[in-house]
Amino acid sequence: MATEAPPRPAAPSPKRLSDGQRPPGIVADRAFRYLALAAGLMVLLILALIAYSTTNEAWPWFKEEGLGIFANNWDPAHDEFGVGALIYGTFLVSAIALVLAVPVSIGIALFVTEIAPPRLRRPIVYVVDLLAAIPSVVYGLWGLIVFAPWIVTYYEKISDSVSSIPVLNSIFGEPSQAGKSFATAGIIVAIMITPIITSIIREVYATCPASLKEAALAMGATRWEMIRGAVFPHSRSGTVAAVMIGLGRAVGETIAIALVVGSSVQLSANILGPGQTLAGIIPLEFGEASGTQRAALIGMGVVLFVATLVIGILARAIVARTDRRLAGEA
Amino acid sequence: MKLSSRLRWLLPSALAAAAVVAAPIAAGSAGAAPASAKLASATLNGSGSTFQQAFDEAVIGAFKEAEPAVTVNYGGGGSGKGRQDFADGVVQWAGTDGLYKDTDPQPAAGTWYYFPTVAGPITVSYNLDGVKGLKLDADTTAKIFQAQITTWDDAAIAALNPDADLPSTPITVAHRAESSGTTENFTKYLAAAAPTVWTLGGSSTVSWPANTQAGQGNSGVAQIVQSTDGAIGYVDFSDAKAAGLSFASLKNKAGKYVKPSVKSAQAAVDGATIEPNLTYSPLDSPGKKAYPITSPTWIIANKNYSDAAVAKAMKGYLNFIYGTGQEIAPSVDYAPLPEDLVKQAKAQVKKIATGG
Repeated sequence: MATEAPPRPAAPSPKRLSDGQRPPGIVADRAFRYLALAAGLMVLLILALIAYSTTNEAWPWFKEEGLGIFANNWDPAHDEFGVGALIYGTFLVSAIALVLAVPVSIGIALFVTEIAPPRLRRPIVYVVDLLAAIPSVVYGLWGLIVFAPWIVTYYEKISDSVSSIPVLNSIFGEPSQAGKSFATAGIIVAIMITPIITSIIREVYATCPASLKEAALAMGATRWEMIRGAVFPHSRSGTVAAVMIGLGRAVGETIAIALVVGSSVQLSANILGPGQTLAGIIPLEFGEASGTQRAALIGMGVVLFVATLVIGILARAIVARTDRRLAGEA
Repeated sequence: MKLSSRLRWLLPSALAAAAVVAAPIAAGSAGAAPASAKLASATLNGSGSTFQQAFDEAVIGAFKEAEPAVTVNYGGGGSGKGRQDFADGVVQWAGTDGLYKDTDPQPAAGTWYYFPTVAGPITVSYNLDGVKGLKLDADTTAKIFQAQITTWDDAAIAALNPDADLPSTPITVAHRAESSGTTENFTKYLAAAAPTVWTLGGSSTVSWPANTQAGQGNSGVAQIVQSTDGAIGYVDFSDAKAAGLSFASLKNKAGKYVKPSVKSAQAAVDGATIEPNLTYSPLDSPGKKAYPITSPTWIIANKNYSDAAVAKAMKGYLNFIYGTGQEIAPSVDYAPLPEDLVKQAKAQVKKIATGG
């Protein structure tokens, strides 16, 4: 006699929703959607409010100076409020910082991803990230009290050694006595932006597919040739993005620069001499400012805001273009 | 199970938070009130000039002992900020070294008063080995700070100091990195006393020549002067004394060389013309013993306060400044006001309405 299989339990009949009854879990789902939407909109709203209120406060300056805001004549005592020299100073300090920080960051990232034994990777990454945790004002004070007095002797040596070479002697001219200069500010900002650039570039290098690297090595490339041929091209857009983020941070750096840049509003090629930047001058002059000077200082904030936006848009454009070129080459 | 483990960390952190909040409240309410205290509880918030901050802090401390129910807070932040905060109604009173400009936003005319509190000398401090008792006049000072005189043995300085042995050290000029009421009064003096020489204007922010040194705050400038041989800078009296700097004697309007001190600052205020609204300028004052770079400073207060307790507290604080405050002033290196100015100020305090 064949054993009968036990009767299958009846399939559960599908629950039909009666009219007006919501499917289970929909309340939480909708709540999540609206909360996320609200959070995103709130960020946009805050950004728009900041842009509106600062432009509103700065309007008297824009109206009074017009395009003269870009002139190089910042002299509140004589009612002149052109910030050309400050814009120049901001970009000079950022340029010095990038020139110093980017090679170092790429080096650290390469070392961590390609060369260091796996055991060393985490401690090195941890120490580099620790640099990012140091407050900006501490960098400024260290620069003011320790670094600037120490580096003056080296500035003097550099300045003396190039004093007879035509172009170099105006770039490395007479150093400021206390060491407070564009160069000092640039070096300190370079130290501050290195951790950010390093961590982004490190992530980008880590995502380079092993197959690409192994293919290069299999064809007989040395390690450096492999890095140059496989890792760099793959990571080009990410590297550009990292550099732009570092530039954005450098442009906005305030207190560290205010303490060590020398507080001298001048458009000078001498990077060893004192200068001033847009972000550095705002905290120094705001307390006593009134009328058009106050509007001008707030206006400098607007200029920085716009500059950071432009840098961000430029970064996205460059990234998109290199991505397209890479896709075309592939 | 989950709930009790959450409570386990919640309870100690709640206790810690309560302790942190409760401690300052407990500390503040300790101490017995003096028998003469009469004012009801009120808070007076002020902001503004850092030049008068040392005096304000001394007076606030003494006032707290006399009237424990009233809390006076002074935030500093600069005269410009103080004037702006007062115009916006953010603070009940403000400290300022300078007057509202016509173009500045200010409260409606007639609804507020200037109350002069103290005056203070601004020293021209220098660091020059072997030279004591340096004498300068306005023209020479102007040329030095405009980097037109670059070494100490220049003919102009030697002419004023025939007996001094002036070295050929280059002059290092120290000034303020940030905007400051001290800069404003110093440059206004040079603009008034050396009009043909001084071209940089009289303002809290000035375009100093490129090869000069900038310091943060009066103490920053004092530190530059102290550490650099051949340095010269303008520092307020109390910070210059604290740093042990040498002061130059300046030639005043009457032709006498006067050193900065509480007495010479008082003489400067004595010689100044007081306007009906109690503003005045002791810069380049005509008195024989007057120190020419004396900086005035005021408290701005409303005529009407919506809260009657605040109005009474404000009057009490101002009267305290014109009583005990004037006695405290010399001990913190500020010059008290002359008696008739104090009388006029007290009469103006009476105009603050306490009707609410």
